[in-house]
Parts: sequence; C-alpha cells; structure tokens
Amino acid sequence: MAQMTIAEALRQGLREEMTRDARVYCIGEDIGIPGGWGGAFTVTLGLEKEFRERIIDTPISEAGLFGVALGSAIMGMRPVADVQYSDFIFCAMDQVVNQIATMRYMSGCKLTVPITMRAPVGATGRGAQHAHNIESMFLGIPGIKIVCPATAYDAKGLLKAAIRDDNPVLMIEHKLLYGSKGARTESGAVDASSDIPDEDYTVPIGKGIIRREGRDVTLIGTLLMMHRAVQAAEVLASEGISAEVIDPRSLSPFDWPLVEASVRKTGCAVVVEEGPRTGGVGAEIAASLTERCADALLSPVARVAAPDIPVPFSPPMENFYIPDVARIAAAARSVIVRQRMSVSA
Amino acid sequence: MMSNSMEFHLSLYRKMVMIRQFEERVKYLFLEGIMPGTIHQYQGQEAIAVGVCEHLADEDVITSTHRPHGHAIAKGLSVESMMHELFGKSTGCCAGKGGSMHIGDMAHGMAPAIAIVGGGAPIATGMALAFTMRKQPQVAVAFMGDGAVNEGAVHEAMNMGAIWSLPIVYVVENNRYSASTPIAQTTKVANLADRAAAYGMPGVTVDGNDVLAVYEAAGEAIHRARTGGGPTMLEALTYRITGHSRRDPCLYQPEEERKAALTQEPIVRFTEFLLSQGHTQQALDGVRDEVNAEIERAVQSAMAAPDPAPEEALVGLFV
Ligand SMILES: Cc1ncc(C[n+]2csc(CCOP(=O)(O)OP(=O)(O)O)c2C)c(N)n1
Ligand SMILES: [Mg+2]
Repeated sequence: MAQMTIAEALRQGLREEMTRDARVYCIGEDIGIPGGWGGAFTVTLGLEKEFRERIIDTPISEAGLFGVALGSAIMGMRPVADVQYSDFIFCAMDQVVNQIATMRYMSGCKLTVPITMRAPVGATGRGAQHAHNIESMFLGIPGIKIVCPATAYDAKGLLKAAIRDDNPVLMIEHKLLYGSKGARTESGAVDASSDIPDEDYTVPIGKGIIRREGRDVTLIGTLLMMHRAVQAAEVLASEGISAEVIDPRSLSPFDWPLVEASVRKTGCAVVVEEGPRTGGVGAEIAASLTERCADALLSPVARVAAPDIPVPFSPPMENFYIPDVARIAAAARSVIVRQRMSVSA
Repeated sequence: MMSNSMEFHLSLYRKMVMIRQFEERVKYLFLEGIMPGTIHQYQGQEAIAVGVCEHLADEDVITSTHRPHGHAIAKGLSVESMMHELFGKSTGCCAGKGGSMHIGDMAHGMAPAIAIVGGGAPIATGMALAFTMRKQPQVAVAFMGDGAVNEGAVHEAMNMGAIWSLPIVYVVENNRYSASTPIAQTTKVANLADRAAAYGMPGVTVDGNDVLAVYEAAGEAIHRARTGGGPTMLEALTYRITGHSRRDPCLYQPEEERKAALTQEPIVRFTEFLLSQGHTQQALDGVRDEVNAEIERAVQSAMAAPDPAPEEALVGLFV
C-alpha cells in the first residue's frame, strides 16, 4: 500500500501493464524525451528509460498518431495514445470518430480495437483552447467507452481495465487532479491521491461508486466536480440536508442501476459537470433519469454546469464559468424545496 | 524603406528590445505569482517577428501561435493593451477573454493568436483568399514553429495557398524544438523549406537571428505575394533561449547548445553590428531605458485597472 497522486498511479499502471503485456505501448507528443516532462502532466516521466521502444514520441500530428494507434491496434498491439490537452483530439476527429469508434462494429466484431486514449480536460487559466471538457462531445458517439477517474485509485484501476479492454476507451483526466509536481505543478490543484494496493487490480468500466451516503438528494458528478459535490454535501450536512454523492466513474457505459437506486431513495437529483450546459452530460443523465424513474422523482432533475460560452481567460470570469460548491449546494436546496412541496401537496 | 540608414537600424533594435524586455518583465511577474495564466515566450526569436512585420501595414494580416507576444509587438499592438490582457483585465486587447495564448487585435492586422499548433495556417490562407477575391493589395503572413509543419492542417493550407497563388507568406520559425522534442526526431529533411518544393512554391531558409537577413528575405517574399507571385515558405533558423512554457527548466536542451545559442542570439548580434556601424553603447542603453519605462507604465496601468466583473464572461456570445 502506498499513497500516490493520479500522475503517479497512472505511471505505475502503465509500467505494470507494459511489463505484463509486450503489446502495450504509449504513443504521443513529448511523452518520452530525456530531460523532458513525461507528457504535459508528467504521467510518463521516466518510462522511456525502462521501455525505450515502447514509448513513442511523435511529431505534432494528432490525426496521424491516432490513426497509427488504430492501425497498430487492429494488428494486435495495445496502444495508449496521449493528447497533451484534450482540446487537441479535435485535430484527430476523423480517426477517432469515423475510424476508431466504428472499426470493431463495422467489421462484424472480427476486429478488436484495444486503444486507450488519454485526454486531460478542465479550465485552468490557459484560455479557451486549452480548457474544453470533451466528455459530452464523445458521449453521443457509440463505440467509444468513456471513463473519468476522480481519484488515484480509480485512475490506475480504470487505466488497466481500459488497456485490457478490446474496445476503444477514452480516458478523461482532469488537470487539477493529477497532482503533478515540480515545474509542472498546477495552481488550484485538488488532492486526489489515494492509497494504492500493492497487488494488481482493475476498476470495472461501467461501475460507479457512492462517495458519500445520504437520504435527501442525489448529487452526481465526475472528475473535479465529484470533489466539489462532496464539499457541497458537507455544506448541506451542516444545514441538516443529507446529500448522497455518486461518482459514476464511467460515462459510457453508465451505471444506471447505481444511480437509479439512489434517485429512487432520495427522490431528487442534481447533475454537476464542468462543461457547458447545452448538450452536456447533465442533459443526457437528466433526460434518462426522467425516463427511468419519473415515478420516483419528486422534483425535476437539476443541472449545474458552465454557461454556454467559450472558456474565458480572465481569472474572475473563469471562476464564474466553472461550477463551484455554492452553486451545487444551491441547486440541491432548490430541488429539495420542490421535493418537500410535492410531498406535502 | 531607408534600409541602410542608422535611424532605420535603431528602430529595428528598439522593436527587438521592446519584445525582449516585455518578455523578461512578464517572466518575472509570472514567476512571482503576480500574473495569472500560462506563458510561452519569444526570447531569442525577436529578429523574425521584427524583420517580417517591418514590411507589413495595419491592413496586412498575420496569424500567430501559442507564442504570440513577439508577433503582437512587431505588428504594432501596444504593450499596454497586451499587458492588460495578460492580467485578465477587460481593458486588454481581447477584453480579458483571450489571455496570453490568444493575444491579437485586428485593428493592427493580428487575428487572435491560435494556440492549436498549425491551426493558423489555413486561417491565414483564408485571409489571403479574401484579399484575392476582393482584389485588395494586402498580404497575409502565417507564423508557425518547426513543430507545426508536421500538422496536416499546415500541409493542406500550403497546398491551397500554392494552387490558388494566394498573397501569403508561411513563416516557419525553426527554433529546433517543438516543446521538448528536438527537430531531428520530427523531420527527416535538412531544411524545412525543402518541403516548399512539394507544393510548388519557393522555399527559402534564412538566418533567423540576423534581423537584416530576415528583413531582406521577408521583403522579397512579401513583395512576391503582393505582386501576384503567390506564396513563399520562409524558414528562419533560430533558437528558443527560454523555456517552452512558464517554469520549463529546458533539461532536454544540451548545455553546450544552449551556451552557444546565447552567443548567437539576435539582440547580441545586432548590438555588435550596430556598434560596428557607429552607434554608441550609450545610445543603445538609452533605447533600452525608454523601452523599459514604457513597459513599466504598461505594468502599472494594467495592475491598477479593475478586475472584470465575473458576469462579463456572459457578454460577447452571438452579439
Ligand atoms: C494541435 C496541438 N498539438 C499539441 C499542442 C501542444 N503544444 C503546444 S506548443 C507545442 C510545440 C510547438 O512547437 P513549434 O511549432 O516548433 O513551436 P515553438 O513552441 O517552438 O514556438 C506543442 C506540442 C498544441 N498546442 N496544439
Ligand atoms: Mg519550435
């Protein structure tokens, strides 16, 4: 057992998977340059010393590198493709959406497409093109699994599950949760470190987890928003409101049994996400909850999300953009008021 | 231009020093935690922005990159409006919405800088297409790094620029690294300008640390573009004497190489030239002092400006 940050846990996970299986390799920009940074957030730092041939640095050519990853995957390799910031995956959208997502299905399942795609998200003072939360954009693309670890334990376990999966998996990571150190420290970082067991483990894709049990309202959020939802639950507890916090951990497939059971217990839900409200992850979850448990919902599902604008640079504006604890708590109070009204009516 | 006059040389020097001192001041403010955001800086590449933009008027346009401060100053943005932007004030050139990586101001012919590597090349090509379609005499310049030429978007853009014979110059600042990756690992050709042949446009490699050489080569390329001769790929050889971004210690750059680069950087070299031409050290120091004073005024005014109201974030979409 050792305490690790997400960056450290991912690094260890990559090392173990590459040791266990010679088909596993990493491909990306600036991931294995001696004297470099081990990718934008230090995840692959030093791995080039152990696996010189399996840490492949590419030119700045995202369309190329994702296509190369795909080609190698259908020939039996198991690539882990890294985009430094999730925003750059848009340069590879044809490969990811038209090719990677469809290849297995289109082949009548004769091909396997074991690609792990690692993509850091989140608004972090870098302006609009280094800030996208790409989860919602991929949620509507069948054929790609999406995982969103909020803790180091989950990061390592989901990474291993992704690498061993025969389908493409998009692993969304949050810049403020990595716990990157040294010159790559992020200001405003949140501690997401965990005790990592010595033995091999995976976290199953498609299984969520209850982060905090509660009776009155269900808060649903991943990544940074999971941490903020837990903080909001603490604020609510001091007001006598008992909030249950669910971290779905995977967005696709989604752990409906877990979320549905919670909502049936509390009767109301708030979905929190960092990205824009329209067409967001929250929109999908809220709509599905309405379909699945309309009979149990005592008030409409609330969404807490960013406004529908590009991410502004200026810190006061960026802080306004990213949902905070106060907004989550306020949304929870509002659904509870309605719930109580509907109970007493 | 009076390209040999002492006055002209001094004005190039002034612009290069303005960029250098701006960047040094920004680096300090950033490392002290006074300035927000992230930064990619231009120290060591000043001769390229200055030598190229000297040929451009406000009506000519450029696209820039994640490393845009030098291009912005050379294109005529005020250091004040830039400093306000870097501090995230609504009085900045992008109203605080853009930040360092998106500095720009179309009043001076600079589109908001593009932080997606290679993303600027097609956009500049489109700007040049607009000039052609409207029969305007302007030119566009797409600035990019040596890393950008490996993006598909750049390849597609250069090909279109060539087949339509557009008024554009693709300026590739070859500082030998894309982020931490050395150029030997990303391309097999000896000169990036060799690639121009594949598009059927002239490719020129110039010493990017010699401002007069850049000025001359850019002059030819821009003249060709302006007079219907189509695009040029202009590769300028240089070196990044600062980190890739903010706190980068550059451990991947060999010590010897860095040391050598410091003796070859453009301001050192131009200073030597100017002194050999009869300029006095005193006069050059005077320029530096003036520049520093202007930058300091910009810093003070930016820090004194009020922070934007958070709700200003909502202003500006679909207006
Ligand atoms: C499409 C895309 N991929 C990756 C990055 C991350 N990135 C930012 S700058 C950079 C290196 C750029 O190198 P080069 O084009 O030579 O410009 P330089 O930094 O040397 O000025 C990289 C990889 C990015 N911003 N955009
Ligand atoms: Mg470069």
